[in-house]
Amino acid sequence: MAIWSSQSQDGKELTIKIQGRFDFSAHQEFRDAYEETSEPPEQYVVDMKDTTYLDSSALGMLLLLRDHAGGDTANINIVNCNPDVKKILTISNFEQLFGIN
Amino acid sequence: MLVFDAGQDPLKVLIADDNDSDRMILQAFVKKQGHIPINARDGQEAVELFESERPDIVLLDALMPVMDGFEAARVIKGLAGENMIPIIFLTSLQDADSLARCLDVGGDDFLSKPYNRVILQAKITAFNRMRLLHSTVQAQRDQIVLHNEQLMHEQEVAKKVFDNIAHPGCLQASNINYLVSPMAVFNGDVLLAARKPSGGMLVFLGDFTGHGLPAAIGAMPTSEIFYGMALKGFSMQDILKEINNKLKKILPVGVFCCGCMVDISFRKEIAEVWNGGLPDCFMYRAEDRDSEPMPSFHLPLGVLGGISFSAETHLYEMKHGDRIFLWSDGIHEEMDENEVMFGNERLMEVFEENQDPALVFDELQQAVRDFTGSTLQGDDHSIVEIQSVPEDGLIENVSGYAADYKSGPKDWQFTFRLGASSLKSFNPLPLMIHILMEVPGLRAHSGKIYTILSELFNNALEHGVMGLSSELKSSSAGFAEYYQKRQDFLQTLDDCFVEFELDHKPLECGGILKMVVRDSGKGFEYNNKTNVKKAALNKSETYCGRGIPLVKTLCRSVQHSEGGRAVEVVFEWRIEG
Repeated sequence: MAIWSSQSQDGKELTIKIQGRFDFSAHQEFRDAYEETSEPPEQYVVDMKDTTYLDSSALGMLLLLRDHAGGDTANINIVNCNPDVKKILTISNFEQLFGIN
Repeated sequence: MLVFDAGQDPLKVLIADDNDSDRMILQAFVKKQGHIPINARDGQEAVELFESERPDIVLLDALMPVMDGFEAARVIKGLAGENMIPIIFLTSLQDADSLARCLDVGGDDFLSKPYNRVILQAKITAFNRMRLLHSTVQAQRDQIVLHNEQLMHEQEVAKKVFDNIAHPGCLQASNINYLVSPMAVFNGDVLLAARKPSGGMLVFLGDFTGHGLPAAIGAMPTSEIFYGMALKGFSMQDILKEINNKLKKILPVGVFCCGCMVDISFRKEIAEVWNGGLPDCFMYRAEDRDSEPMPSFHLPLGVLGGISFSAETHLYEMKHGDRIFLWSDGIHEEMDENEVMFGNERLMEVFEENQDPALVFDELQQAVRDFTGSTLQGDDHSIVEIQSVPEDGLIENVSGYAADYKSGPKDWQFTFRLGASSLKSFNPLPLMIHILMEVPGLRAHSGKIYTILSELFNNALEHGVMGLSSELKSSSAGFAEYYQKRQDFLQTLDDCFVEFELDHKPLECGGILKMVVRDSGKGFEYNNKTNVKKAALNKSETYCGRGIPLVKTLCRSVQHSEGGRAVEVVFEWRIEG
């Protein structure tokens, strides 16, 4: 498991990439990825292209990110999900809280 | 906690050498380094001094009278146990075999005579560093063991409290099969089941984020709300809203509960289902062995607060013999030795291959066992199977009330009238049951009274106020249509009412409860012969649906009046025994 984050040049968009299993062991790293930004971004992209699996604590971490990004006004897109990951997000109906594609 | 120190304190150094001058030189050297020398002339003496003085480091000559250095090293290492006492051999032996033997018997290093003082000094310092590291690790390990014991003890106590609160309710009922395998003392899963005052059954399976104590904390209020509200006859929507609000309020962001709640009416043969975040649950029908998925339509509990939460349920027909299966994702995520997950498809295969519905619960477990082989289970996994059975076959809820017939209200009456906006969103039954249960003698009959009131109320609302025909419900398609219509009608209600008139009088050893339910509808021909005939043709169906015959079996009398707009029933109760 590894996490990278990069902020767009204008600072408006923060992209977080998760590689491998996204579970509780990623807790601290995932938090650092969005807390250690120089200026607060307007929108977030969680790139799951290389994410093989996520568990319920990963769902919890996504909720923490949503809370950090303004709760109901948060603008977060989860992108490039593989079918397994997408299924987990769908079962929990997270499309009601995040943009998922 | 023991802190790693730099080794400034003087060390006790045991020196064993049979050569007096060698020993004296070594002693002077050790003293000069700021350490405390302890002298032995042979191996035997070294062992004895080791026991009495407990030195930190041992310098041993290999060849000595009485007991040689090799034997002494073996004994000293044995006495030291798991403490690290570095032994350095100082020997005139040069051959590789002898030097290797120094280490074989338990020595940590060797130095050939004549030794270089700088190197000896460096070795003493290096081994002391290792000794200190070793004791730090040892102390930390002991502390971890202690912490772990403490934690286990705390968890055991907490588990007892937890089990008392999140008790199994009516999980022992003959129509329920369940399996909950904990990964730790607590698992993140919670399984609750209660009989409803109306005779039905409420079952909830929840899976909290994480494991252990954090997961168990949320299960406690969930269980309290579930059992408390189920006993009072609240609807599952009300219970879900309450649990959701409570969890949202008390749990930190990121901790939530995926769950599925099922409300089964054995009499009406329907199941109402709410699934938020659990994998597709299944309705497995006995007749055609068809399995219908009951997917998650909602976010888990504790994610959204207040009005954003949706307690909308889905209705499924559930004939006697049909089974509902609920599970947490643990089953799906069981892995074989190649870390391939069991998954939904394999689960479906179990249903497809099943020949006898009574065996499917065991077959499911067997399939998981066959798949995982000997690997340990990963997540928590819970399965529960609930079968629809005739209600008479189930044992009644044990009443939690103590009976004291002498106190409480005995002669009273009240009228409770609900207008259109109340009828749209308010269920009056829990409130009325609450008042009625103030009469101690009635508590033992709460189930019957709930059934009577709920049948009369539903008839008044659905057939009276809304004018819906229960004939619709005779087919599967009509069944869904009926409840859809009911839902639509409810929102358009205007200028209507349902009124309850309750009257209680005491008897010698019991009482009489008269209940009148009146509605603003058009009424109906309750003496109509054709209606009765039609009812006879439909076997169990009568002019007022299945409810009225049931009420008749529970009451002394049932009388329609006011052109079918009012019904009066008399319920008589006596103290038993």
